Amino acid sequence: MPKLPIPKPPSRDEIMALASEYFPFVPRPRPRYVTREGKRVYGVSAEFSKTPAVYHAAEKVRDAGYTRWDVLTPFPIHGIEQAMGIKRTILPLLAFGGAATGVGGALAMQFWMNLDYELVVQGKPYAAWEPFAPITFELGVLITAFTCLLGMLALNGLPRFHHPLFSKERFLQVSDDRFFVCIEASDPNFDPARTRELLDSLGADRVELVEDED
Amino acid sequence: MSSIHPDKVTAERLAGLRDDAALGRDVEIEALGDGSLVEDPAVRPPLVLSDRTIGEVTQIVSGYVEDPPPKWWFIAITITSTLAAIGTGMILYLIITGVGVWGLNNQVDWAWDITNFVFWIGIGHAGTLISAILCLFKQKWRTAVNRSAEAMTIFAVICAGIFPGIHVGRVWMAWMLFPIPNSNTIWPNFRSPLLWDVFAVSTYATVSLLFWYMGMIPDLATLRDRADRRLRLGVSRRFTLALPGGRTLTPPMPRPDTLRAFIYGLLSVGWRFSSRHWHRYEVAYLILAGISTPLVLSVHSIVSFDFATSVLPGWHTTIFPPYFVAGAIFGGFAMVLFLLIPLRALLPNFKDLLTLRHIENMAKILLVTGMMVGFAYSMEFFIAWYGANKFEFEAFANNRVNPRVAPYWWAYWTMISCNVLSPQVFWFRKVRQNPWAVWVVAIFVTIGMWFERFVIIVTSLHRAFLPGEWHMFYPTWVDIFTFVGSCGIFLTLFLLFIKFLPMFAMAELKAVMPDADPHGHDDEHDPIAESAHGGGH
Repeated sequence: MPKLPIPKPPSRDEIMALASEYFPFVPRPRPRYVTREGKRVYGVSAEFSKTPAVYHAAEKVRDAGYTRWDVLTPFPIHGIEQAMGIKRTILPLLAFGGAATGVGGALAMQFWMNLDYELVVQGKPYAAWEPFAPITFELGVLITAFTCLLGMLALNGLPRFHHPLFSKERFLQVSDDRFFVCIEASDPNFDPARTRELLDSLGADRVELVEDED
Repeated sequence: MSSIHPDKVTAERLAGLRDDAALGRDVEIEALGDGSLVEDPAVRPPLVLSDRTIGEVTQIVSGYVEDPPPKWWFIAITITSTLAAIGTGMILYLIITGVGVWGLNNQVDWAWDITNFVFWIGIGHAGTLISAILCLFKQKWRTAVNRSAEAMTIFAVICAGIFPGIHVGRVWMAWMLFPIPNSNTIWPNFRSPLLWDVFAVSTYATVSLLFWYMGMIPDLATLRDRADRRLRLGVSRRFTLALPGGRTLTPPMPRPDTLRAFIYGLLSVGWRFSSRHWHRYEVAYLILAGISTPLVLSVHSIVSFDFATSVLPGWHTTIFPPYFVAGAIFGGFAMVLFLLIPLRALLPNFKDLLTLRHIENMAKILLVTGMMVGFAYSMEFFIAWYGANKFEFEAFANNRVNPRVAPYWWAYWTMISCNVLSPQVFWFRKVRQNPWAVWVVAIFVTIGMWFERFVIIVTSLHRAFLPGEWHMFYPTWVDIFTFVGSCGIFLTLFLLFIKFLPMFAMAELKAVMPDADPHGHDDEHDPIAESAHGGGH
């Protein structure tokens, strides 16, 4: 039996770094790299214009052992999860939790309300489950739907209105028809020269430094 | 800045080199229509025509939002918002005066109000059906119609929600529909289908809204980025009004792009098109589709319980849930076609995204669901006879069908001819592939589906067990204008939608285009060599 790796709990620094991205009053950690002008380096990006090119670039970045990097695409590319080595999300589990909450809450509400005030309707029993089925189903669906949307946003770290990737006008074309691979400077494998070299070797249209406005 | 020059075919058309499709009618183009109708099942017809690139799709769809609206849009919204205002006035008049302003009487205590409710909620079923069921079945053609169908769903459910709300009489007591603690310490009756209906319709409205919004997040981000780019590149224009006499007025207000970047930016919650985000997004979308599918089926089933669980002849039938669901899909698709076929002719480049094949597919769905509805009508009648219940059989024969004794025979036969007979023309390929013929049938179906609900509700109520209780229903002017007003509200919302929100699911549309294939024709890697060294994906 292969041993499952036990995930390490995040260190205090990692938690503070994450918090500083969302709350301006939390001091940001010292950057690993700065430009000559003293700006923080967010990472290095490579721009592509064709889907197959970015797909194969993602495979090579994955194989080079990077962990903190991303592929920005105007639409979900089929199979990019494998090319990037993304683990399956836990969202279905959250959704199941939402469904259980909805179903459980609906049943609890209906049994309690019917026993709290015993309404006589055609001599039917107060606490029969059958007439409760429709509302139980509906509330189960309702809570699952909210869990899906809000869970997806929460796991993605959204809403977040500021991000270094919005800093350059070029990057905004990702919502049109451009593709970007961006390796972050916070990646343990990141090295300004070698990372740039890797991205240059992928056949990108353009490789450039992404600065953080600061 | 975003209208694309007409494509080659259109250019030839304008130059008079092609005589087909004059005035946008694709009546007799070729055997293959606009190129999306391929008879060979082995060939997959393109979902986007004219060899559009991904960038052009962005340009076309964003253009509908960013360009000044065409003249017909202003004319249309003037008419529909006037109707909506009249409808709102009718609702206020009803609330101030009482439900007596409608033509209801002791016997027919549900009439146009509930007819309109069921009519609108039925129309509201196509959107989520297209999004959810067709998504699970991996029907890629849905990407061209799902956004507008979902929008239509939301607006139809808004119209549907009005009627049960105002028909309760004392509208300010409508909160008692919900289990809210009150000073009488009583709770609603959980054994009543009317309460199930409250939960079903409000859940459906909420889930449809979430589904619609979630699908729109990436497209709103596209609109945000385009506005932002124009601002940064300094090519953003100010809002100017053309005054009579050739002068223009530039009101002191922020640039439209500033407002767009702010509002679309807020709505798109900072979406940045990350593949890690897309992964969770797609999983969330699939789960929503999975739970919305039974939801669509449940909602109209529960609406039908309002009738089926009563002991009234004509209502008390077990076929109601499937019959109502089929009817809802039928009516909903008819409304989608009714709205989109004119837009195909009116909006530039729309035909490249919504092809004849889409229309043909929807016409086939109309044919199938129309036959289901027809089967349900006949089965209802058959069981009324076969069940040997005198009252039930008479309710059908003497109150609905027989023109000599049934006062509402015309309503019944309108329903049959519109819903059962008119879709039969779709057996002919020529008709299915002719958008305007499909449009005419869609109008008939919409009329027929309103009459179906009228027939079910009014003809069953107007003659009860004792002849002394027999009353006809005559609508008052308030009844009529409330319904017309609800159509105005619906169309106004739809017109606002086509101006201010992305009409097509851009990201999804791009994902089904050939350029989106990661192993497409531009792939330099040899797929055989790739699989040989085990790069399995």
